Amino acid sequence: MSQNIRLSYAECSARERVSHLLDPGSWHEWLPPSERVSSPHLAQLGVPAAFDDGVVIGRARLAGRPVFIAAQEGEFMGGGVGEVHGAKLVGLLKRARLAPPTERPDAVLLLAESGGVRLHEANAGLIAVSEVMRALLDVRAAGIPVLVLIGGSNGCFGGMGIVARCADHIVMSDLGRLAMSGPEVIEATYGVDEYDSRDRALVWRTSGGKHRWLSGDCDTLVEDDVAAFRRAAIAALDRPKPLDLPSLQAEHQLLSARLKLLPEAKHEIEGDEATLLWSRLGYADAAGDAPPSPEPRSVRWTGENWPRPCSARRTAFKKTATSCAARCSSKARP
Amino acid sequence: MQFKGQTLSVVGSTHHAPIGFRLALIQAAAILNTMAEHPGRPILLLIDTQGQQLRRRDELLGINRAMAHLGLCIDLARRRGHRVLGLVYDQALSGGFITSGLIADACDALPEAEIRVMRIPAMARVTKLSEDLLNELSLSNPVFAPGVENYVAMGGIRKLWQGELAIALSEALAHAPVHDQRAQLGQERGGRLLAAQVIQRVLDAA
Repeated sequence: MSQNIRLSYAECSARERVSHLLDPGSWHEWLPPSERVSSPHLAQLGVPAAFDDGVVIGRARLAGRPVFIAAQEGEFMGGGVGEVHGAKLVGLLKRARLAPPTERPDAVLLLAESGGVRLHEANAGLIAVSEVMRALLDVRAAGIPVLVLIGGSNGCFGGMGIVARCADHIVMSDLGRLAMSGPEVIEATYGVDEYDSRDRALVWRTSGGKHRWLSGDCDTLVEDDVAAFRRAAIAALDRPKPLDLPSLQAEHQLLSARLKLLPEAKHEIEGDEATLLWSRLGYADAAGDAPPSPEPRSVRWTGENWPRPCSARRTAFKKTATSCAARCSSKARP
Repeated sequence: MQFKGQTLSVVGSTHHAPIGFRLALIQAAAILNTMAEHPGRPILLLIDTQGQQLRRRDELLGINRAMAHLGLCIDLARRRGHRVLGLVYDQALSGGFITSGLIADACDALPEAEIRVMRIPAMARVTKLSEDLLNELSLSNPVFAPGVENYVAMGGIRKLWQGELAIALSEALAHAPVHDQRAQLGQERGGRLLAAQVIQRVLDAA
């Protein structure tokens, strides 16, 4: 990996991310495309299948340490979780938990990029996401930390947005988005006054990496650079979070306090809600760092909650690089 | 709730309530309280929800984090020895279901319950596939169509409660599995044939 050339994480495919993020030559894939483990449900719908069902799984080394990795491919059905896709994730997590000492990973990395449940196989996808969640928590209970990396242009939405928050550590770039429902779905339900999905700045203030970092929903904010993601993942390797009654009680207090920071009635809020929330979280000047607002691009819905970008993906974010990540990173969270 | 001389914690929602940031916290508080004050007490999750709250404010606050928190609380309760049983008694939809019934030891349903990710017309709009095609496929493939029977066939719902509810509850609590058996159930019942097989292939892969 060259130290000089910055490689956009957002523009990489799942396989490119895996190959650049991990130690060179260490990657070993399970159920690779040559085994043609595809969704059986898509052909009946006249939808093309993928020989990896949109997710890459395997083992590798990160800074010399053994890790298991799963990377979702946002280009295939928006990274939506179907039966096979979900089962590959569950299998990887189960294998991590059951691994003999010779194979036991120091961490499981989930390179998440997903609109959530794949609607084309909705029921199976919903159950699969919940199986992923339980399998992930089994891995944590076995003492193996789970790291989630989010920086793809499809974001991390729906059930996968919940799965991400079940992990030990989340790394995001400011181009990444982490949320539950996508803006289009909310706009379609409650109208454009509720959520204007074309207002890119608003979308990023609501779900983008910078907002998630300011609110503590992600642990590390990095530039859109594969090498930066790699450094952040290495740094997070030995920082498992406890998952016990005191830690969940502390989380409960934190979230209960957050709820009180934002008035429920909109008329009680002057100006922008995100800016108000940031200032009440202790970032009086956070709004000065303009959130990235990518240019609108054509989208179509394929995922549960978020439209996947079309082929424009490779170029969509090129003009959006900002220095806000660097400015945010230099600040200590209160 | 007292049931056959045993106290149960009952946590749930009514009237198709959307699960937003606040409601997820209220439910999580009940689970945390049960763990702290009543170790070992079984927990019954009564599910009737239209899904996650579709509001921007909830997204801004981090509804996914609040829902994950609820799921983590239920999961920890299981690991600390509480039996946690979900029952879909009316309606269950995607986001509101995934961190309640679907993360319990087992989730059952009443026969008249309705479970879905999305209605077929909406699914047709999102996937750009025709309603006729989806309707036709839903007759033969439980993967697509809403319906509690499909979730039973796929293993997501362990069983439907028939007859006397008290007997069904008693049996359900007694037989709730500790480990996730859903992929296996889906295979045995023929509704989800690949999940268990693919998981096993990953475990066996060289």
